[in-house]
Amino acid sequence: MTVPFYVAPEQVMKDRADYARKGIARGRSLIGTIYKGGILLAAENPSKSLHKISEIYDRIAFAGVGKYNEFDQLRVAGIRHADTKGFTYSRDDVDARSLANVYAQYLGQVFTHEMKPLEVEILVAELGSEEIPSQLFHILYDGTVMDEGHFTVLGGDSEAIAERFGAEFKPDWSLGTALKAAVRALAGPDKNLAARDLEVAVLSKNNGRRTFDRLGSPALEKLL
Amino acid sequence: MTLPVFDTREDPGPNFVSLLAKSGVPPFEPFTGAASELLAKGISVPHGTTIAALRYAEGIVMAGDRRATEGNFIAHRRIEKVFAADKYSAVGIAGAAGPAVEMVRLFQTQLEHYEKVEGVNLSLEGKANQLSQMIRSNLTMAMQGLVIVPLFAGWDLNRKIGRIFTYDVTGGRYEEVAYHSIGSGGKDARTTIKLGIKEGMSRSEAVALAISALYEAADEDSATGGPDLIRGIYPIVATVDRNGFSRLEDAEVAAASQAVITSKSSAGGAQ
Repeated sequence: MTVPFYVAPEQVMKDRADYARKGIARGRSLIGTIYKGGILLAAENPSKSLHKISEIYDRIAFAGVGKYNEFDQLRVAGIRHADTKGFTYSRDDVDARSLANVYAQYLGQVFTHEMKPLEVEILVAELGSEEIPSQLFHILYDGTVMDEGHFTVLGGDSEAIAERFGAEFKPDWSLGTALKAAVRALAGPDKNLAARDLEVAVLSKNNGRRTFDRLGSPALEKLL
Repeated sequence: MTLPVFDTREDPGPNFVSLLAKSGVPPFEPFTGAASELLAKGISVPHGTTIAALRYAEGIVMAGDRRATEGNFIAHRRIEKVFAADKYSAVGIAGAAGPAVEMVRLFQTQLEHYEKVEGVNLSLEGKANQLSQMIRSNLTMAMQGLVIVPLFAGWDLNRKIGRIFTYDVTGGRYEEVAYHSIGSGGKDARTTIKLGIKEGMSRSEAVALAISALYEAADEDSATGGPDLIRGIYPIVATVDRNGFSRLEDAEVAAASQAVITSKSSAGGAQ
């Protein structure tokens, strides 16, 4: 039997974090932002069927970047959590904060105890009401949760995109303006993104009980 | 609550009922011990009564009276027994009101759960079969006296027609051609529809016929509630067509009920 070499815990964690970050950096980025009357989620995604953005509950949406099978498993788990809670208590009792916490616990658990961390970054967005403001919970591969009040960027190139997007951001802007700014920020100075390269969804106050709505190519072209 | 993540072999997929079972809170748990003995003696619980559904040119209409009875008492005057199962289907319930409303809630959650997990809607037949499985799971409770028999109808997005499904207590599922009615006043409602139904009826004709079917049921069956002009309580009427489920405004149902009453009273006391 061979005796494993001693590796300092700091080194183990650093290696794992590097591994997860590398996996996430390979994928394309995503922006979530609050506009007047809703929340906009926009991602660069040429696939029409493998979604990065989905509905979790009446006022809650999910978005993920990184490894598809891993964030899709988290998406389904989120739907299960929300539907079970809504069925057991009531639809009003389902909230994004508690969902973000269980995601964070799970990701933290996997990061420290499993062979390999999940190569994902996820966003849980909740549309606010008259009393409660809209919220964006950005959760990292190691379970770190960040609560954002205006916008957040997920994915490999997030710092540069956030800088471009932050320069244009205005509180209470319209959907069209926010979408155009998001597309410009995602594309960067060197390329253009057309409607077919994008996956866009909103949580909108005009949509009745289920506020989630995926914007198809015709709607996107009109807005852009 | 922890995040419900399952081993691939244990994964319940898009099925909400088996998700609940795996999470340790299975629905349709039959009563045991003292509770089952009590039920065997026949304690009275509120029962929902009459639901009618029929097809018209562009879809289906479903209507339910507002009464729940407990033995020979009126338990509720304003109970609602017709629900949107999802955007393109409606479900009406007769039988033990408590477990029936719970089953509707489970059914609604199941349809939405499937849609969100899979990213597509179940077909209308898929929905009808899901309901069938839920009724079968309730068989032990049904034997204890808590019978639930729903009526299910909706718009088939693939075939572009409205369809109506009925059930028996074992979960047996039967498709009706043009109309059906369930509950204690079901037989009278059915006869009324049978005499009035025509191929290619308009929406307003179908709504009027459904309301008049419930009126006749209430006229013959003490457990079915008729239009209550004093309190302003009228049946719940909903339609499902290519644009989805829509519940009629109270004012429209009140006017249609008033029209049935007027035509009845013009016939005099002979009937």
